[in-house]
Amino acid sequence: MTVLLEAHGIGKRFGGVQALKDVSLTIREGEIYGLIGPNGAGKTTFFNVLTGLYPRDEGEITFAGQPLALGSPHRVTRAGIARTFQNIRLFANMTALENVMVGRHARTKVDVGGAVFRTRAQRTEEAAIKRRAEELLHYVGIADRANDMAKNLSYGDQRRLEIARALATEPKLLALDEPAAGMNATETASLRTLIAGLRDDGLTVLLIEHDVKLVMGLCDRVAVLDYGQKIIEDIPATVRADPRVIEAYLGTGAA
Amino acid sequence: MTSLRTKPHLGLALIALALALLPFVVSATLGNAWLRILDFALIYIMLALGLNIVVGFAGLLDLGYIAFYAVGAYLYALLASPHFGLHWPVWAILPLGALVAGVFGVLLGAPTLRLRGDYLAIVTLGFGEIVRIFMNNLNAPINITNGPKGIARIDPITIAGHPLSKSLDVFGFTVPGLALYYYLFLVLAILIIVVGIRLQDSRIGRAWVAIREDEIAAKACGIDTRNVKLLAFAMGASFGGVAGGLFAGFQEFVSPESFGLMESVMVLCMVVLGGMGHIPGVILGGLLLAVLPEAFRHGAAPLQQALFGKTLIDPENLRMLLFGLALILVMLYKPAGLWPEPRHRAELKKS
Ligand SMILES: Nc1ncnc2c1ncn2[C@@H]1O[C@H](COP(=O)(O)OP(=O)(O)OP(=O)(O)O)[C@@H](O)[C@H]1O
Ligand SMILES: [Mg+2]
Repeated sequence: MTVLLEAHGIGKRFGGVQALKDVSLTIREGEIYGLIGPNGAGKTTFFNVLTGLYPRDEGEITFAGQPLALGSPHRVTRAGIARTFQNIRLFANMTALENVMVGRHARTKVDVGGAVFRTRAQRTEEAAIKRRAEELLHYVGIADRANDMAKNLSYGDQRRLEIARALATEPKLLALDEPAAGMNATETASLRTLIAGLRDDGLTVLLIEHDVKLVMGLCDRVAVLDYGQKIIEDIPATVRADPRVIEAYLGTGAA
Repeated sequence: MTSLRTKPHLGLALIALALALLPFVVSATLGNAWLRILDFALIYIMLALGLNIVVGFAGLLDLGYIAFYAVGAYLYALLASPHFGLHWPVWAILPLGALVAGVFGVLLGAPTLRLRGDYLAIVTLGFGEIVRIFMNNLNAPINITNGPKGIARIDPITIAGHPLSKSLDVFGFTVPGLALYYYLFLVLAILIIVVGIRLQDSRIGRAWVAIREDEIAAKACGIDTRNVKLLAFAMGASFGGVAGGLFAGFQEFVSPESFGLMESVMVLCMVVLGGMGHIPGVILGGLLLAVLPEAFRHGAAPLQQALFGKTLIDPENLRMLLFGLALILVMLYKPAGLWPEPRHRAELKKS
């Protein structure tokens, strides 16, 4: 199996808080990789470092064989990493369709001149953007909400829309930060089908999730963070049985 | 089916006819002073449309926007007046004005890229004042701007050898200069509207709105927010530069006092009052705020005379008073502006 992402010795501190300490992990092409850990373990911070939102203090990240640039989220996106946010970040006053169309920005290129003169290239590109956005809305199952404002969608649909927008950037790696948070059982079940489908379509997925059942059922491999450190990285069955994991989740004495 | 296709054209033709006849109707009924106000309204509309790109689309609160208007106006004044003895043609000055103002836009934008909201407002406010103070003081040691006295005897805008300040005979029919200016401004305003609409419906326009809505998510979508913001500043500023050039040629006089903070606030009010980010709303806002205060200026004193026999409140004060009241009322009852974007337009199309 080829390695898609290699993070080595990542460190990140916020003042006195060491949010990440010497975290190394390897994500292989085509797998669903789970990142779990108790609240405040540093999972979201790892996402933010990975996607260039925060500069990292230490460590190297190699993605698809290339070192990943520091501190420029849009370049990371162009390199092929797309993400969703734990606290949904949609463009609230744009329609669902427009949200996904914005996601096409990285892969399209008509500039001001093209827009002002409505060149043939611009019209072709614009039509392609719209068509792709519609396809993606359909793919995540919210095609009927295309013309609704993002802020008017239900919670579950907003999460799906965020995934569609991320997919619009044509990622090689899709990083999802707690996509099932706040979803009911039915919504979670269909989200699970969606994520499994992404892998079947050849995408690599990095998944942060608190829903242990979802993670264990879906992921090919799982890493556990605790107090900013990786305590284990293995297949779900092994991770679940590991005493350090049980201790991290339930506290000393429970193991 | 043909009727469906011809109807919108018919509507457009009627609007065009109305717009073409408007100056004659206005000067015949209200007088030339009002035709002049109408010309100014068109300039203000262009300004408001430019600021709308920065504030309305990209969500960057800019309180120094009038500086770009000043740059365009002074550029025209310096290149077409006896001050330096230069008399460049308008078709050379206006594009240059757009370009230079655009560069100034980038100069303002670059150091403020990390700022938002109140902080950005304060910095841009300072920038506007700096430009005005420069205009005021660049008369020594070398006299560039002629200081507070301003630059006078600016060349009127001349097209095909005819200065628009003079009336023109068309088939024995006299078109006054103010109407000629009206037509020029109308054409340019329509041009700016078309550019604005096309930008809005493009990936650039969507990127602007995305930044307004959520800058971090915009970055995560692969938008280079630095460049896209600078582009908003530059585009908005260049519209302002064109409007400034027109102002200088129309007025034939510029001085720093035309470019104070109040003017920036006025243009911002046009955008906010009309409907931020919604082009028809912004046009309405520009028109209203250009015309209504003048109506007060002209109407308040005679009205008070008729009612009370004397002028109780100075019309200028009354104008500001009512203006402030109107703003408060609109913000209370129509916070999204008088003509905000119809949010559900798209939903109707669906079925
Ligand atoms: N921007 C920030 N500034 C200061 N401290 C931060 C910042 N972001 C995260 N932290 C701190 O870093 C630690 C890790 O937080 P992080 O959000 O990564 O945890 P998490 O694993 O995602 O938790 P959760 O499951 O609750 O989402 C926490 O102690 C948090 O308070
Ligand atoms: Mg988190």
